[in-house]
Amino acid sequence: MNPTSLLRRRSFLGLAGAAAGAAFLQACHRDGAAASGKGKALEWWHIQNTDPMLSVWAQLAKGFEAAHAGVKINITPLENEAFKAKLTTVTQAGNPPDLFHSWGGGVLQQQVNAGLVKEFTGEAQAFLSNVSSNGVKLYQVDGKQCGVPYELGMVGFWYNKELFAKAGVSALPKTWSDLLGVVRQIKAAKIVPIALAGGDKWPAHFYWSYLAIRQGGVAGMAEAAKTGAFDGADFVTAGAKLQELVELEPFQPGFLGAKYMASDGQSAIMGNGQAAMELMGQWAPTIEAAYSTDKKGIGDKLGFFPFPALEGGKGSPSEVLGGCNGFAIGKNAPPEAFEFVKHLLSAESQRKVAAEGGVLPVTKGAEDAIKDPNLKLVHQALASATGFQLYLDQAYPPAIGQQVNDSVAALVARSETPEAVARAIAKTAKNQ
Amino acid sequence: MTTQVTTPVAATAHGPAAKQIPSPRSRRGASARRQLAILPFLLPALLLFGGLVLVPILLAIYTSLFKWNGFGGLPTNFVGLDNFVRLLGDEVFTGDLSRGLVLVLLSVLVQLPVALGLALLLNQQLRFRGLYRLIFFAPYVLSEVITGVLFTMVLSPNGGLVNKILAVFGVSGQTWLADPGRALLTLFFVVSWKYFGFHMILLLAGRQDIPPELDEAGMMDGASSWEIFRHITLPLLGPTIRISVFLSIIGAIQLFDMVWVLTGGGPIHSSETMAVTMFQYGFRRYEVGYASAISVAMFLISMVFALLYQRYVLRRDIEGAVTKAGAMP
Repeated sequence: MNPTSLLRRRSFLGLAGAAAGAAFLQACHRDGAAASGKGKALEWWHIQNTDPMLSVWAQLAKGFEAAHAGVKINITPLENEAFKAKLTTVTQAGNPPDLFHSWGGGVLQQQVNAGLVKEFTGEAQAFLSNVSSNGVKLYQVDGKQCGVPYELGMVGFWYNKELFAKAGVSALPKTWSDLLGVVRQIKAAKIVPIALAGGDKWPAHFYWSYLAIRQGGVAGMAEAAKTGAFDGADFVTAGAKLQELVELEPFQPGFLGAKYMASDGQSAIMGNGQAAMELMGQWAPTIEAAYSTDKKGIGDKLGFFPFPALEGGKGSPSEVLGGCNGFAIGKNAPPEAFEFVKHLLSAESQRKVAAEGGVLPVTKGAEDAIKDPNLKLVHQALASATGFQLYLDQAYPPAIGQQVNDSVAALVARSETPEAVARAIAKTAKNQ
Repeated sequence: MTTQVTTPVAATAHGPAAKQIPSPRSRRGASARRQLAILPFLLPALLLFGGLVLVPILLAIYTSLFKWNGFGGLPTNFVGLDNFVRLLGDEVFTGDLSRGLVLVLLSVLVQLPVALGLALLLNQQLRFRGLYRLIFFAPYVLSEVITGVLFTMVLSPNGGLVNKILAVFGVSGQTWLADPGRALLTLFFVVSWKYFGFHMILLLAGRQDIPPELDEAGMMDGASSWEIFRHITLPLLGPTIRISVFLSIIGAIQLFDMVWVLTGGGPIHSSETMAVTMFQYGFRRYEVGYASAISVAMFLISMVFALLYQRYVLRRDIEGAVTKAGAMP
């Protein structure tokens, strides 16, 4: 090897190294420039990772950027479960995103206790007088406003009118025994009565939660939440009633492993017209369409009826199980975050999300934009609700919420008795 | 085995180009200097290992003595060994242990013989032998998550490939991952599908290390092919088989990705492993102290197994690594 070729190779390697180093340094520097204040960047994590809301949020963000020069909004849309996992790691590391999705309740409380969210005070709080008070209350922790809703909704039965007619069901069920009768009728017509995502667990806990508030009333739930006494007679009865339903085998084959948002999951089965009904929140029509094979869902054939009354229960049939979708602002967020939230909650933006995204708005004056007749029904039921209970897996601290999900999943799989379910939840609640 | 170096001073004293044989004292100095010279090269790896492996292990052991939800710096609610007592009484965790044991037994009793059989088969002169080896090894190249997603589709009760094929034979309505009685076996099948190629290649390499003269000698002595396998091939494949079993068992103890994507541990914990339980408690229930206790348990199980296995099973294979015999001076 002669010296000149060695030298050439060395200088070539040296150049390559210098180039790589320069590129690396430049990349670091570019990140630094964005954070240094030349342009404010806002990190926004939301869970609408499918259209139409995916595009609607993006458009609203662009509108805000156009009106406020120098602010850049970086959107990270995540699927529901992936969002929960990802948010957990960043919040436990103490580094929450600037604006992120929140359901309020026990999880928000834990985040507030750890000092991870900013409070809405003064002007930002005054703005909230325009927003539905039921929703606003869900985001208050110890009297402090720690988040805002953008949607207030409830859980009810979404059913396929065509399949109901095919099975000969003439009247919508008004009581729990009516419902069991309808299920038997549909099953006799060789149609899958209920679509359930047993694998995700939270769709199943809706049944138990509703039976619990029908049996014990929303007030009874609040009592139990305070003392941790989830093994009371009312809760055992709720489990027993659910067991009656499960024993009719009303769910689709493979329901124990089915997911909610998957191409062969609960919403896909509903959207493809393969099941007669599902108990789901107000987002059901949109998600059914998103996961159906023709991306349109069942269209006009979709109907809604509220959860029936329970004979002998202390609760009233106008009490609803529901929740909010909303936002919380992370502790590192710039003040522009509050401005952005105001923008997202303005009557105009809310009309847009109601009309295009099938969202039930919370800002007063935006209700006229709801086009879907089913959603109008839901909105009416909400407006006339006498009691409101947040989904149990969000209302309570995460450990209890997860235990409710797990125990009800075991009940649905017929591997535990209603008493054992109630005891397991009470045990976790008392351990907190 | 150390050899005594005698210093033939008399022989070299008059030689013009004689090298100075170093005296014992400076030889020790040279060895120490050599070790000092190695240190800077080891330092980055030691730092990474210390910072990313040792420190988290110590932190996890510390955290497991507390009741903590993961927020805010360091835990404050000391509960001593409560988490471990709860662990031993938790039927999900004891179920994890038994499910782990089932997976280990299935790996050793099913996956290993299949891999061994294929390795021996593909060692013979076949047409397209290279192609077969490629095809069988290919699943190992896929990531675990991709394999999991792929098989959720293949095993889907509604329109999955497996059910479509079975429908041709008249068998319908099978749920693979949704049946509590079958989920664990289905999980094992998917894990085996991914890893059997790797073990096959490992055993193939081990097989090729056996000199063909031994087979020929056996044949000349009139041994049948089963006897050759039983008395020549199998014993000489011993080290490779022992390594293969070791890797399988360690893999089964910490199995997470595949379980999480395929079933999430369900239905009703029937396919859950310790790692999945740890994730659920740490990141879903925000009970980080308890999850740390689970991780400490996993660590102890893996470490005890690895040490015992190396000491007793692999003793002959790695003589010198953990024993003094055969070591360099």
